[in-house]
Amino acid sequence: MAEVSLTTEVLQYVTNGVAKGSTYALMAVGYTLVYGVLQLINFAHAEVYMLGSYFAWYQAKWAGYLPDSKGARAETVPLYMVALFVAGAMAACALAGMLIERLAYRPLRNAGRLAPLITAIGVSLLLQYGGQVVFGTEPKLFPTFAETVVYDAGGVKIPNTNIYIVVTSLVLMLGLTFFVNKTRPGAAMRACSHDMRTARLMGVNVNATISLTFAIGSALAAVAGVLVAMDQPAITPLMGVRIGLKAFVAAVVGGIGSIPGAALGGLLLGVSESVVSGLWKPVYSEAVAFVFLIVVLLVKPSGILGKSVREKV
Amino acid sequence: MPRTLALLLAGVVACYGLNWFLSEFIEVVYVDYVNLIGLAIILAVGLNVVNGLTGQFSIGHAGFMAVGAFVGAMASILFTYGEIAAGPLAFAGLGSFLFCLLLSGLAAGALGVLVGAPALRLRGDYLAIATLGFGEITRILLTAQDSLGGPTGLKRIPKMPLLPGTETWDGGTSVFWIYLFVFLVVGLAVRLQRSTFGRAMIAIRENELAAETMGVPSARLKVVAFVFGAFFAGIAGALYAHYQHSVRPDDFTSVRSIEVIVMLVLGGLGSVTGAIAGAVVVTLLPQLLRPLEEAMGIDGLSMVVYALLLIVMMVFRPQGIFGQRELSLKLLRGLIPGRRGGKTP
Repeated sequence: MAEVSLTTEVLQYVTNGVAKGSTYALMAVGYTLVYGVLQLINFAHAEVYMLGSYFAWYQAKWAGYLPDSKGARAETVPLYMVALFVAGAMAACALAGMLIERLAYRPLRNAGRLAPLITAIGVSLLLQYGGQVVFGTEPKLFPTFAETVVYDAGGVKIPNTNIYIVVTSLVLMLGLTFFVNKTRPGAAMRACSHDMRTARLMGVNVNATISLTFAIGSALAAVAGVLVAMDQPAITPLMGVRIGLKAFVAAVVGGIGSIPGAALGGLLLGVSESVVSGLWKPVYSEAVAFVFLIVVLLVKPSGILGKSVREKV
Repeated sequence: MPRTLALLLAGVVACYGLNWFLSEFIEVVYVDYVNLIGLAIILAVGLNVVNGLTGQFSIGHAGFMAVGAFVGAMASILFTYGEIAAGPLAFAGLGSFLFCLLLSGLAAGALGVLVGAPALRLRGDYLAIATLGFGEITRILLTAQDSLGGPTGLKRIPKMPLLPGTETWDGGTSVFWIYLFVFLVVGLAVRLQRSTFGRAMIAIRENELAAETMGVPSARLKVVAFVFGAFFAGIAGALYAHYQHSVRPDDFTSVRSIEVIVMLVLGGLGSVTGAIAGAVVVTLLPQLLRPLEEAMGIDGLSMVVYALLLIVMMVFRPQGIFGQRELSLKLLRGLIPGRRGGKTP
């Protein structure tokens, strides 16, 4: 094997990290949207992500792209089919997200902040254990992209899956930013996050807007679920736990309530984890997210791009 | 003072009696539940002082428990065997055991000061998230410590020491030791709640600014509450380590911290009785649902039903089982029809 210079090595980790960070960012947006509107840490979000990859898995199964019985590597899937699976998973997860809000959070909208937090934990546990009952505890192999091509950019290896991940995330994030800032439902979302009571007085349908918020966040989580599953081809009912926590941290680091903040936090986390794990010890990469978190919280509690709210006396 | 001493003595005797009764008449499986409930109570009542009384939302309790568990386990192993080596389990000496417990409580408490002093500047959710981060970092650092066994943790942690007359008990003395600390933490928490300190903590919970204006040193009291919770979490960790005879860093993930929060909110945040009730329900419910799971023949069903019940209980009783009330004679009297409990004009 040829000697690789340190710069190339670091660049390699950075590019890998960008792909990883994009999926964090997609997840983080879901946390940030819901927190922005309801001030609720939606613990169930990580499980919606898990559901997304299972929905896609079942679609692949029905379409006949399953790994053979010997557990060998799954058949490859053409790109247009992948797009179809992603769309299906997005729709199903959007529905699941709205359902979760309707059943577990809306009845507690006026019950203070803690009770919905506990039901969020309850939903999260329900989906984890329910997933183990319905899907089984053993990891399921996920089919991969049609042709895995690894591009070589001056020694830095970039697989095409990473490019798909980054491009998809980028397009979705830009679309979301446009939606929130330039459309009427987007304006309703911003109004609700600013002041829900006043928004209601101004004729905003608060319940519909909150449902929409959950639908969008959940659909993005579904995309993240499918992208990650394609990249590391086994999925389990507990796959959301770790990435969920990290994505939430990313949202806080970037400034909770802010969409660009979520993207920035996700990328920052993904890149630094990848670099630390490559140059140092993989164990420590797990701690990176939380070290970031503590530092940001102590220096600027509202996050890098968050607005600081002054307490009125 | 003599009253406190008498109470303490009564507690020791009661724990001894409980342990004797359980090891004499109850199957070991059920005694295990009793022990796990005891450990959960120590954690929940300790955290209730932070979350319930002072109103500072902390989700890093497992981190303190982890530090206590590893400090206590390592010290106990070194005291009992002198080295980490294979061999049969031995009993810890009485003195060294108590010393190890104290050490783990102090270590966790010291970490509480270290974490609490900067973190308690934060408010609400941000504090919660920061404590979550500290808990996770603690666990990851423990995983990276090869001297503490790395990810596989410590094994062959000595058994809890015997007492006079307990040599023939088949379950050992774990019930005695665990419930001794349940007794201590509950007693201290109740005393604290009724003291000037406790009132000041409640004032911070209700309105920190107003409390400060009235001369409550809120920063100091918040740290005191934090250290109280951390100290007992450390002791619970050490007891857990001695009870299980092995600990791994992954025993103390954020899932465990969240579980303690669930106990508190389910029981009724701010009530000691509620914390105890929550600890009992959260520990016991999955076990009680086991027969259902076996009858239906679906693996993992008990946890699904547990999660469902958790959601349903919260939706229908958001304030928790006890709300902020305590179970007391007054409340019981109120249940008797025709009499107004405690509120006689």
